Amino acid sequence: MTDTATPDLNPADSEMVIQKPRTSTRRFRPSGSAVVMFLYLLFLMLPIYWLLNMSLKTNTEILSSFSLWPRNLTLANYEKILTDPSWYMGYVNSLIYVVMNTVISLAVALPAAYAFSRYSFMGDKHLFFWLLTNRMAPPAVFALPFFQLYSSIGLFDTHIAVALAHCLFNVPLAVWILEGFMRGVPKEIDETAYIDGYSFPRFFIKIFMPLIASGIGVAAFFCFMFSWVELLLSRTLTSVDAKPIAATMTRTVGAAGVDWGVLAAAGVLTIVPGALVIYFVRNYIAKGFALGRV
Amino acid sequence: MNKTVNQKAWFLVLPVLVLVAFSAVIPLMTVVNYSVQDTFGQNVFFWAGLDWFKDMLASDRMWSALGRQLMFSAIILAIEVPLGIYVALHMPKKGFWSSFCLVLMSLPLLIPWNVVGTIWQIFGRVDIGLLGYTLDAMGINYNYTQNTIDAWVTVIVMDVWHWTSLVALLAFAGLRSIPDAYYQAAKIDQASRWAVFRYIELPKMAGVLMIAILLRFMDSFMIYTEPFVVTGGGPGNATTFLSIDLVKMALGQFDLGPAAAFSLMYFLVIMAISWVFYTVMTTIDAREGK
Repeated sequence: MTDTATPDLNPADSEMVIQKPRTSTRRFRPSGSAVVMFLYLLFLMLPIYWLLNMSLKTNTEILSSFSLWPRNLTLANYEKILTDPSWYMGYVNSLIYVVMNTVISLAVALPAAYAFSRYSFMGDKHLFFWLLTNRMAPPAVFALPFFQLYSSIGLFDTHIAVALAHCLFNVPLAVWILEGFMRGVPKEIDETAYIDGYSFPRFFIKIFMPLIASGIGVAAFFCFMFSWVELLLSRTLTSVDAKPIAATMTRTVGAAGVDWGVLAAAGVLTIVPGALVIYFVRNYIAKGFALGRV
Repeated sequence: MNKTVNQKAWFLVLPVLVLVAFSAVIPLMTVVNYSVQDTFGQNVFFWAGLDWFKDMLASDRMWSALGRQLMFSAIILAIEVPLGIYVALHMPKKGFWSSFCLVLMSLPLLIPWNVVGTIWQIFGRVDIGLLGYTLDAMGINYNYTQNTIDAWVTVIVMDVWHWTSLVALLAFAGLRSIPDAYYQAAKIDQASRWAVFRYIELPKMAGVLMIAILLRFMDSFMIYTEPFVVTGGGPGNATTFLSIDLVKMALGQFDLGPAAAFSLMYFLVIMAISWVFYTVMTTIDAREGK
């Protein structure tokens, strides 16, 4: 706004320089942009920091005094989670069904994405759209029917039930992401390989999959993530044996009130898997959330 | 890319078809089944026709939930889209700081949804949460479990916290695809910052922004876990959105007929929006394919 009023002064110019990072010697300096980013990141990190802060305190410290950092640091909350089977089995259960789901989703999505990216066939557009509607379907609509379906075939409270239920949104997601990556591979490569006498399965595994390795990685990451963050279906489909960590967390509400420290520690531990691998997918994260487009 | 016509490609799609049919079509048919039947218990059902649909269409409960839902989606879109664009414009374009920002910004997107709820539940508490404590210390009477406005503000700030980065990341991806030459030309023309944004950056971001808006709309339209953990739909029904109401009806009260009719209408709305989304996607693909 002020830029337009005073076009000959600094603000407009300095903005322009930031938009043109051509000179490699350009250093990061405290500018308006840095302040904006700092404030935004502060807003994002504060609640997470607060969770971390609480997880390192004892319950008495949480409730009795208000402090910005733990006064007497304790790992007792984490120790409780990592030694009590009813706690850490929640993580194990979650990991089991998440990994199962990722494997299933990728295994079926790979050939399908190849078909969508290379061939046109009867009903392909409708099918592609139908897949999308499943990604967009509200889990709440499916909670009750899933419960009845898996109960009636005796899969209630098993890991495979949750893994299959999560396929509802993860298979479409994987197909869309992989299709987005596969369309970037020139078709001539396929044709050359066929001329060289490769059979389809051999070509697909030996030549094509290495070419879209990053795409497979990204798709796997997003399947993992969306299965990991989902709670409604996984909670509805399990009771004891396959209970996910997200549902276990409600246990902290006991007769003596809420065990805030352990709740916070459990929360921090659920953030860890995402935080560990996020660096590797940082450049594809927009593509993944936008279903392989962008 | 020009595609070859090949009907055998169906065999490659078959596994997906079978799997998704199992986890989508069968459950959906159960819902259809319930929506046209009534029961007195003991698994005895009789035909109810379209009565449940008529009931639901006439019920205040669904319309008020829909109203709250639309208001919520409208508010978060009105905040997240401009804020996301604003943040994207200020992100460092290259190098270490760019990666640094990308990683930190993505973090909230990867937190399990109920943990997002838990984080804000704690953060907003007057006794132990930083936000609640600070507001209280400033003399503001803040209580998200009792006061409707506070509950709404908390849920909206939580969603902004959770998802603005998605808009920002998509907008950033769009910005990065703009060639330098455009900016140089603008500089030669002495274009103002606003003109650069209006005539170069915004048109180039239009495609990705459309995706971002639709994704945010759809996902906010089926939000369940986060507000459920924070407010439980309360105080009263103040933050009971469509999914929360549906789960209450189906799994809480076991009103299968109305819940099923509700589900189907909900699903139809989602289908309609999906269609818009799909059209946008294919248009963008076609434009970039040239």
